[in-house]
Amino acid sequence: MKVTIDNITLEVEPGTTIMQAARMIGPEVAPPAMCYYEPLKGSGGKCRACLVKVTAGSEKDPRPMPKLVPACITAVQDGMIVENTVNEQVLETRKGIVEFLLLNHPLDCPVCDQAGECHLQDFSFEHGVSSTRTVEDRNTFEPVDLGDNIKLNMNRCILCYRCVYTADQITDGRVHGVMHRGDHAEISTYIEKAIDNDFSGNVIDVCPVGALTDKTYRFKSRVWFSKPMDAHCSCDKCSGNVTLWYRGDEVIRVTGRKNEWGELKEFICNTCRFDRKKTSDWTIEGPTNVSRHSVISANKYGAGLIKPAFPIAQAARDFKQINDDRDRSFLTNQASLPAKK
Amino acid sequence: MKILTQHIDVPGIETIDVFMKNGGYKAVEKALKSMTPDEVTEEVKKSGLRGRGGAGFPVGMKWSFLAKPEGVPRYLVCNADESEPGTFKDHYLMWKTPHTLIEGMIVSSFALGANTSYIYVRGELMYVINILEKAIQEAYDKGLLGKNILGSGYDLDLFVQPGGGAYICGEETALLESLEGKRGNPRNKPPFPAVKGLWQSPTVVNNVESISATSWIVNNGGDAYAAIGVGRSTGTKLISASGHIKKPGVYEIPLGITVEEFIYSDEYCGGIRDGHKLKAVVAGGSSVPILSAENILTTEAGEKRLMTYESLSEGGFATGTMLGSGGFIVMDETTCIVHNTLTFARFYHHESCGQCSPCREGTGWMDKVIKRIETGKGRMEDIDLLVDVAKKIEGNTICPLGDAASWPVAAAIRHFRDEFEWHVTHPEEATKPGAVYMRPGASWTV
Repeated sequence: MKVTIDNITLEVEPGTTIMQAARMIGPEVAPPAMCYYEPLKGSGGKCRACLVKVTAGSEKDPRPMPKLVPACITAVQDGMIVENTVNEQVLETRKGIVEFLLLNHPLDCPVCDQAGECHLQDFSFEHGVSSTRTVEDRNTFEPVDLGDNIKLNMNRCILCYRCVYTADQITDGRVHGVMHRGDHAEISTYIEKAIDNDFSGNVIDVCPVGALTDKTYRFKSRVWFSKPMDAHCSCDKCSGNVTLWYRGDEVIRVTGRKNEWGELKEFICNTCRFDRKKTSDWTIEGPTNVSRHSVISANKYGAGLIKPAFPIAQAARDFKQINDDRDRSFLTNQASLPAKK
Repeated sequence: MKILTQHIDVPGIETIDVFMKNGGYKAVEKALKSMTPDEVTEEVKKSGLRGRGGAGFPVGMKWSFLAKPEGVPRYLVCNADESEPGTFKDHYLMWKTPHTLIEGMIVSSFALGANTSYIYVRGELMYVINILEKAIQEAYDKGLLGKNILGSGYDLDLFVQPGGGAYICGEETALLESLEGKRGNPRNKPPFPAVKGLWQSPTVVNNVESISATSWIVNNGGDAYAAIGVGRSTGTKLISASGHIKKPGVYEIPLGITVEEFIYSDEYCGGIRDGHKLKAVVAGGSSVPILSAENILTTEAGEKRLMTYESLSEGGFATGTMLGSGGFIVMDETTCIVHNTLTFARFYHHESCGQCSPCREGTGWMDKVIKRIETGKGRMEDIDLLVDVAKKIEGNTICPLGDAASWPVAAAIRHFRDEFEWHVTHPEEATKPGAVYMRPGASWTV
């Protein structure tokens, strides 16, 4: 099947979604995904971040689709033409989605453990606007414990349902779902029942924001101060393939290994995640391959290889004036600067 | 011309004996004994009957889309989760003549080849559910339901399922989720219910009024039904008239009478209550765009607007609206449109399922902003903000609740912007109890 996304044509298998096809081309073309998570069956279609314009439905029926369609759950047709980053309507809608997702989000990134590896941060940085139009009070919730090791901070949740699908996948007797409706909906274990499943810790990894965090890691560090290392151990519950996060010589966190889209390659068990926090528990394979642009790789591996001129030139090229209504006249008007003493 | 409500005032019509004396269940006999399922579908197609739940999609066409794989059960689900503010026709019909619906269910199920059918009734209407249960039992006793109906070899079991009282469960896929015993979240489409519906089987979901009309169509033929009405709006429609009119109630109208006749004639609403003028009309339930008096009575081209699907939507959303589910809310000049919009926005905020982000966050945002304007804390830029938020919700959500939430807000600002502006510029006057903005020419004073 032939599909064209942002003027790039490729051949895909029948049944491929637009999202999967776009990801084959590369991250420049792939629509953002806040709720879609390939390993989780049934996920997707909720956050509307990946809405794209289909300008031609298929070879047979080349009419455009009337509405924007979610790329993550729409299967490609032969001869379909999709516009993602080249369509004004798509980009405008995406700005709106960022705005909606941030509407009740506390923006407490400075104290949030997820900061630095947060999909909502990336999404709003890439697609949002720098100013806000809301003056309304945000909805607030009290943080609650889900079991001994997981903290739920509902304020930060964007209701992507990924953790719900994870709970669906790992256990038959699900106790973890969504209560209430609309913007007062909340993730909950029914009647405060803790999740006691060996793989429950994976809800932390699938959470795109800081709503579900690891209590053994809470407030210990920032992700960009820690060094990720691939490691494995022989575990009788899971594959034992993990990423260890070091600060100095100390393992401060254990997570599953993720692919380039931030999706877990495989679930790891709670013992590996919460209890094996000594280097001697693990066989180290080597540093995790982290994208050079990620904040996690800042000032670490191979930093010397980057020529200093390059980032400066790129920064100059990418510079965008932020309009936050502050008085900047003193920047150009030397006379108004406070006198030096 | 009365089709659905012809015998509604006959005493005891809710019992099967009186109903059958008045010609009830003739359609069942005719369809099951002398027609094939395809012939019934063909008659319904010919009748031009359009879905009465709001979207107005042709019923016959919907039926013909139903996938019919071998060995897979098919289902007919009647959507009786009527929760649209301003609409109360299905409730009235089921309460007064439950057998009209049951007869339609048997005929429609036969046409679709469904052996199990459901009536999903909103949970608040417990007494209607009891009436339906009783009526179904009567039909079972007469051999009109169950195994081998009237010796035709066709089996049908009919169940009534009470909902939990959520507006969203009136959306067909959310209704199916709820019927399966899950949280009532709408599904992503495609696949459509006609391919994968209830328990992943092909399913047709129809409104109470649409299903009830099918028995008359079988009795009298599709052409007779199509002869009523104008153009593609055929047959009769139940209109729930409420608001500042002399005679609120449910009226069965032949599609094609003028809006003016409907509001002012003594046969229907009887005009606006004494001493007041018409200000605005919500023509099809709270989710369709509100129109000002000028726009509802005449189209942009200067013609009289008719009570039809086409005429009401003439002029697009700039000057038109939709027939929707027929919830006809009339407001006179004592109505504060901002307050009314707040009521609608609060409703959609409360009823959003919270699954997809534009609707979940947007409905709450619009509610909060309108609330500020209504309580005198609005800013001029809030009005454009509302328009923009409504635009960003519309069309970007999983189900039509997002559209339903954004249209009334956008339309209220489109047609009554001066009123919103007055709330912003005159906060003290606007927040007085009962305060209403006087449009130029208003005959009424506070």
